Amino acid sequence: MSQQGYVAAPPYSQAQPGMGGYQGGFGTGPAQPLYGYYGGPPQAFTAPPTGMMKLPVSSAAGMPPPPESSQYNPNVHQNGAHHQRYPAPPAVSASYGQPLQSQYNSMASSAPPPTQQLTNQMSAMNFGNYASGPMQSPPPVSSVAQQPFQTPPPSAMGQPQMPPGAQSPHMSPQMSPPQLQPGNMQMAGQPMTGPPMSGPLMSGQPMTVPPMTGMGRPFPGPPACQPGYPQQAGQFGGNMAGPQPGMPGAFPGAPGGLAGPPQKKLDPDSIPSITQVIEDDQGKQGGKVYKTNLRGQVPPLVTTDFTIEDQGNASPRFIRCTTYSLPCTADLAKQCQVPLASIIKPFASLQKNETPLYVVNHGETGPIRCNRCKAYMCPYMQFIDGGRRYQCGFCNCVNEVPVFYFQHLDHMGQRMDIYERPELSLGSYEFVATMDYCKNNKPPNPPAYIFMIDVSYNNIKSGLVKLICDELKNLLENLPSEEGMESSAIKVGFVTYNKVLHFYNVKSALAQPQMMVVSDTAEMFVPLLDGFLVNYQDSRAVIYNLLDQIPDMFADTNESETVFVPVIQAGVEAFKAAECSGKLFIFHSSMPSAEAPGKLKNRDDKKLVNTEKEKTLFQPQKGVYEQLSKDCVAQGCCVDLFLFPSQYMDIATMADVPSHTGGSVYKYNNFQVETDGEHFLRDLRKDVQKSIGFDAIMRVRTSTGFRATEFFGAIHMNNTTDVEMAAVDCDKAITVEFKHDDALSEETGALMQCALLYTTINGQRRLRIHNLSLNCSLQLSELFKSCETDSLVNFFSKSACRAILNQPLKNVREILVNQTAHMLACYRKNCASPSAASQLILPDAMKVFPVYINSLMKTAPLVGSTELSTDDRAHQRLAIMGMGVEDTQLLLYPRLTPLHNMDVSSEALPAPVRCSEERLSDSGMFLLENGHSMFLWLGQASPPDLIQNIFNLPSLAHLQGNMCALPELDNPLSIKVRSIISGLIEKRANSMKLQIVRQKDKPEMLFRQFLVEDKGLHGGASYMDFLCYVHREIRQLLT
Amino acid sequence: MRYLFLKRFISPLSKPEDSLIYNTSSVMATYQEFIQQNEDRDGVRFSWNLWPSSRLEATRLVVPVSCLFTPLKERPDLPPVQYEPVLCSRANCKAVLNPLCQVDFRAKIWACNFCFQRNPFPPSYAGISEVNQPAELMPQFSTIEYIVQRGPTPPLIFLYVVDTCLEEEDLQALKESLQMSLSLLPPNALVGLITFGRMVQVHELSCEGIAKSYVFRGTKDLSSKQIQEMLGLTKAAASGQQGRPLAPQDAAASCRFLQPVHRVDMNLTDLLGELQRDPWPVPQGKRPLRSTGVALSVAVGLLEGTFPNTGARVMLFIGGPPTQGPGMVVGDELKTPIRSWHDIQKDNARHLKKATKYYEAMANRSAVNGHCIDIYACALDQTGLLEMKCLSNLTGGHIVMGDSFNTSLFKQTFQRVFSKDYNGDFRMAFGGVLEVKTSREVKVCGTIGPCVSLNAKGSCVSENEMGIGGTSQWKVCGINPSTTLALYFEVVNQHNAPVPQGGRGVIQFVTQYQHSNTQRRIRVTTIARNWADAQSQIQHIESSFDQEASAVLMARLGVFRAESEEGPDVLRWLDRQLIRLCQKFGQFNKDDPTSFKLSESLSLYPQFMFHLRRSPFLQVFNNSPDESSYYRHHFVRQDLTQSLIMIQPILYSYSFHGPPEPVLLDSSSILPDRILLMDTFFQLVIYHGETIAQWRKAGYQEMAEYENFKQLLLAPLDDAQEILQTRFPMPRYIDTEHGGSQARFLLSKVNPSQTHNNLYAWGQETGAPILTDDVSLQVFMDHLKKLAVSSSA
Repeated sequence: MSQQGYVAAPPYSQAQPGMGGYQGGFGTGPAQPLYGYYGGPPQAFTAPPTGMMKLPVSSAAGMPPPPESSQYNPNVHQNGAHHQRYPAPPAVSASYGQPLQSQYNSMASSAPPPTQQLTNQMSAMNFGNYASGPMQSPPPVSSVAQQPFQTPPPSAMGQPQMPPGAQSPHMSPQMSPPQLQPGNMQMAGQPMTGPPMSGPLMSGQPMTVPPMTGMGRPFPGPPACQPGYPQQAGQFGGNMAGPQPGMPGAFPGAPGGLAGPPQKKLDPDSIPSITQVIEDDQGKQGGKVYKTNLRGQVPPLVTTDFTIEDQGNASPRFIRCTTYSLPCTADLAKQCQVPLASIIKPFASLQKNETPLYVVNHGETGPIRCNRCKAYMCPYMQFIDGGRRYQCGFCNCVNEVPVFYFQHLDHMGQRMDIYERPELSLGSYEFVATMDYCKNNKPPNPPAYIFMIDVSYNNIKSGLVKLICDELKNLLENLPSEEGMESSAIKVGFVTYNKVLHFYNVKSALAQPQMMVVSDTAEMFVPLLDGFLVNYQDSRAVIYNLLDQIPDMFADTNESETVFVPVIQAGVEAFKAAECSGKLFIFHSSMPSAEAPGKLKNRDDKKLVNTEKEKTLFQPQKGVYEQLSKDCVAQGCCVDLFLFPSQYMDIATMADVPSHTGGSVYKYNNFQVETDGEHFLRDLRKDVQKSIGFDAIMRVRTSTGFRATEFFGAIHMNNTTDVEMAAVDCDKAITVEFKHDDALSEETGALMQCALLYTTINGQRRLRIHNLSLNCSLQLSELFKSCETDSLVNFFSKSACRAILNQPLKNVREILVNQTAHMLACYRKNCASPSAASQLILPDAMKVFPVYINSLMKTAPLVGSTELSTDDRAHQRLAIMGMGVEDTQLLLYPRLTPLHNMDVSSEALPAPVRCSEERLSDSGMFLLENGHSMFLWLGQASPPDLIQNIFNLPSLAHLQGNMCALPELDNPLSIKVRSIISGLIEKRANSMKLQIVRQKDKPEMLFRQFLVEDKGLHGGASYMDFLCYVHREIRQLLT
Repeated sequence: MRYLFLKRFISPLSKPEDSLIYNTSSVMATYQEFIQQNEDRDGVRFSWNLWPSSRLEATRLVVPVSCLFTPLKERPDLPPVQYEPVLCSRANCKAVLNPLCQVDFRAKIWACNFCFQRNPFPPSYAGISEVNQPAELMPQFSTIEYIVQRGPTPPLIFLYVVDTCLEEEDLQALKESLQMSLSLLPPNALVGLITFGRMVQVHELSCEGIAKSYVFRGTKDLSSKQIQEMLGLTKAAASGQQGRPLAPQDAAASCRFLQPVHRVDMNLTDLLGELQRDPWPVPQGKRPLRSTGVALSVAVGLLEGTFPNTGARVMLFIGGPPTQGPGMVVGDELKTPIRSWHDIQKDNARHLKKATKYYEAMANRSAVNGHCIDIYACALDQTGLLEMKCLSNLTGGHIVMGDSFNTSLFKQTFQRVFSKDYNGDFRMAFGGVLEVKTSREVKVCGTIGPCVSLNAKGSCVSENEMGIGGTSQWKVCGINPSTTLALYFEVVNQHNAPVPQGGRGVIQFVTQYQHSNTQRRIRVTTIARNWADAQSQIQHIESSFDQEASAVLMARLGVFRAESEEGPDVLRWLDRQLIRLCQKFGQFNKDDPTSFKLSESLSLYPQFMFHLRRSPFLQVFNNSPDESSYYRHHFVRQDLTQSLIMIQPILYSYSFHGPPEPVLLDSSSILPDRILLMDTFFQLVIYHGETIAQWRKAGYQEMAEYENFKQLLLAPLDDAQEILQTRFPMPRYIDTEHGGSQARFLLSKVNPSQTHNNLYAWGQETGAPILTDDVSLQVFMDHLKKLAVSSSA
């Protein structure tokens, strides 16, 4: 490959300021990062000194050329020249006129060549390994050097050759920029040098490279483009061909203005696309049956729709790993920096056509376990000695087979009954636990649900209390029950509270409910024993009576103060008294300001954002809250919090207990029954009906050589090995990180067994076992081959969210980037075939990793913007901690689905498009959802018939602002759209509120922050910029 | 009838003495008649009806100048006057105009007989003249009652505090009694309900559709302010201060827990009906957790916050000792028994001091607010009355002790709390304040009775404290017609400052109280006694001695001491007082016991003292601390007659030989052919002699020819019934016979003139020997004589 392509590497580094979006995020803070994978390395990689980072644009010219760049001197020179010509890169406003300097903008102005370079890099990265040959033609290089700005031809060529269809990614941007950023065009005016870039990036040469090669095949690059610049442009051309709408200010056309063909921009289609990856995987493995019979087998993506057949390893729905091939030694692991982790979702829901877990009952002896390491009987136990003994796969201890369990071995050395016993043939199954596994050696009672309703003024006024009381009647009819049971064994109880608590006796024998007020919030207790927690079926009449009365009883309340900690304490006490575990559903509206334990003060201080002390915003208040979490976990009391705040309520603290007890936090800002009621009720229904286990304790055992060291999730850890959860439901995942103790052997691989002891909703004590076997390898390439990006992202999300409690955001972001760079650099160094340093080479399994990491850094907790509410950030941070792989994937890369041009008759969902503004179209209708929010975006120029069909309104202008559901209209489009929406809402863990935004309306801002490939609204780079930045980091690491 | 019997037996009158008292020109009367008349009219019995004129002489009389005073003695013949008393205008006197005042009808001026201030009559008395005198100036109105018209008249308040840690049967009985009581309350009275067990529940009575209660942890000591906050009472009070218009709402708010009976009658009846036993499980070997202390504190706090200085009655029903929280008397482990006297003497009662202190503080708070606390304790074991007695003792509440709520003893006694007088008013009054004013030769030392000091210092307060002293005003929160206080005085006149001839010592009792019909009333009693020179008129003084009153007054002092001192010390003190009295008034030759003689007016006194020494008020042997507290509680509040019965039970004998007759409280009275009826105030024992018992067993009473035997058997029952009907608290009724185990009640009371030690010495077949080492009256008297005549004593 032509070296020239990388001429401008050094200048690029100077162009740092362009990365303004990061707000210094990557600046090397002098502070030593506390957080980082493997501790040491991040420091080593804190590469570019701040000084450099912050260099004003003008200094670009002054940068010494990099040592290897002697050949590129001309470039440097050019840089200087450019710089002079465009001395002050004005802060070009981004599309919405944000004052922020768009990084592209600055990059462009300061050092145009860098952009070239960038494009070079981009192209390189695409072609890295395989496309080198054709690219090495010197001519283009020289052209770069000498006529940097005289590139019209290629671009001109590029333009016309665009396929006429407006949908072409190349075209669409062209249309939008004029409208969006007139200013940009004028100011920047730096024509990017096109020539070197003209190129076959799009050439669509099928990437025939082995899977690990970077962008391999993903680019469906429109072949139409190719002819335009066949070989001539070498690798770069394609990239630059189109304008870069995502970075509006960046590449203004020629000074000439709009007319100038913006040919020099990178082609966004050329960089790895998540939607493409998803689509490909779905195409390849979707709808198929995935058998878990192989060790170290990499499962399909979480987004792929497939069926799993358990054949000895746990379904990927239960466990996913960051890599399915562990490095054999700690050194290797350290070298590659790829975190070794599993994301365990012990209660994951299975698809309808997948077999539910078998329950194994070994009677009074209980499950068979290895004498030494206590691992449970599983397919990895090796039966020897004619079946009389077995060797533990985890610790190699040889154990006697209990008499009742004896079975002869067949000629293969396998037990004859292997397929009759789930524990010998399956990856996941359950044991019935004996009394030894129960608290106090007593069988547990069925769990209880307590509904605790804040009846202070706010909630009464908003109508929430009435809404809840009405809904509860339905809800209670549908409490989850064990299969085959007629009615639910779960007991229910009711509490209302403001600054005092009201307990209700709803014993079935009573004619009317009894209310017991406890005002002593300093030392909470439960005032009654009998009649508080009841069987709904028995006490239905009394409960109805109560639910009817509650809204009236407090109708004229003017109490606005509330307590919080005593409410949870009351729940814990109630469970204690009833000797059961259970869940509290707390419906709360305001910061607990009444005089009671856990009283909170407003400590929301926006001034702390982006300072060393920002972390305090995320840290919960200590004291009672800390103890409360412990008490809850000890009693198996899970807390689910439904919050209805109208202002700051210190969620960091209030949600601390839920986040340690396996609970969830739902938040409805400025709740109004009309607009949010349905959304809330959907959440509540889902939450109540979730499959769930209580009073759980989980332990992850591993075969010798490695062990679990870190645990992330809505959990509580009393010691270093036992994960305690008051409850764990089907949406909660625990991310477990592993470290080496010793060398692993390629031959035996690595085994892990996750054992979860819990109480079923029926009050039965069970052990749920998930087993997984992984490969081990001395080759890093193996590791990179079997990496799973989604799991990696989950791990990084959680570890970053935990890290921001202890260190400045700046460090955390920096570490994220560094580690990303390090991993990729490691791949480059060790696995990729030699290629030019300027090429960005990504392992196939991780090629979309950067976009996720970039998106992660733009999430509310990590972005560090004063415009975001502290509560929202804290809420999201805590939510991430409990998320599974699917959730983080979706959160970090929302689905943006075009709805205007789908086939209404087809069953299938329309294919999502990339999350970038340029994918939107003025006349389009798009649905965006990330598992928490859902938007229906309507282009300005939406055709009236579309509006008519969906909303029954003559035009977009008639649309009311706060519509939260689509009207039920009887036309195919409406039906289809509504079914898509309800399907999604049904599928996700949280119900989402549908927000309808019109292009250019103010609420569109909300929507736009989810376009994660674009520059972040609150800061954060665009995908493209980030990729460039990472590439530069990699290069630094490699030199 | 009983009263007359008693009189006849214990104080057979000798010939009327001719000493004159009061007014020489008035009707001649014996002291007995005078005393009787005084008691009937003024409710006062003095130990001495002639007062020694100097401090020195007074102290030599041994028995102090003192009186038993029944402030609200029932006076059907005394209609209250509808105006307010006229007070002396001197700021620190304020005595009430009375028949003993000198009046200048012409100048319309009266002279205060305590401070000699000359006061003009108020304008409304303009028409006053010798022939037109207001009632308070007439001699027969030495006791007069005024109705105060000003101020609102808040309704009476009854707050039930109910223990739910009871046996099902007991709880049922109690619930029925409580439901029944609702019908006895005046319709406008406010009623409230607090129940407790492991927790304390304050029931809101005004709510529809849902039974609402406030719950308190039974282990936490809460301040009154906290309680009011937690009950949501403070806000109402705060808003009430700001504007008058809010007042009605206020009342409603504070009344959530206290509602007029007529309004919540049904509600409350249902609520009581649904009351369940405390649902918390009681493990084997444990007592139920009973939070009596907190329940009381909540009750007191509730009333304190809502109705301070208004008549209110907290009625506490308990079926066992407090076992947790403040005021805990015993832990919940059954293996540690509740404290006994033995433990207390060995300082082994772990919770005693703390609990006592807690209840005392509670009682004082309650007393300050004018609320009284009743304790109805029904359990076979002790319930902690020792620790809790102050609740009733300091606030004038009742204590009733029984074995079970399902007994007529409790049921009837409880019903009797709501008994009515001749006017149809409840026999109860609230928030009484008794003030004593004395003429300058006398000062008041203190009082013994169900009251607390109001710490009103003044010129008539003596330095020398006896009982609750250091004040001239006491608060008696709950007061009824029989409530009797013992007041002790000191003559302060110096020996060399002679009292003016014919001068009299004057004492005025001013009792303000809230009548049960919610009126505020003031009853004023003014009495005077002549001075006598002890050296020249010692016989007169001696004959003015009221030995019954004196016995009770001395007994109260003894009991008061016994509450704080060791038993033996108190007995020694009593003995010394008796010996000194005998030395002072006995006639004897030195060192010759046989020559010892006491005059009529003192002749019964030693016998009273003998029985007092043996009584449960001073002896704790065979009594639990609770029983002792219970007995003492009643002893220091009953009137003279009842008190005497308590000191020396009365014994009637029924036989074919004649009409029933009072007989000696002596083992010799226990004869085979007699039926005995003993009244000890707390017990009524019917004892069938050996022969009678055999006849009864043989069923002779069923036979027509033995109708007379049947009559004989019925006679004591009828008499007992009469006592049972009227007495509060209803006595324990015991029907036993010779050899019956319950006969011990009789045997322990009678004078053991025949014991296993001297049976043969007496050589008589009559009477029943008592198996005791206690000394008999005879031995006691012998010793007394010996000591009295001894020159060394």
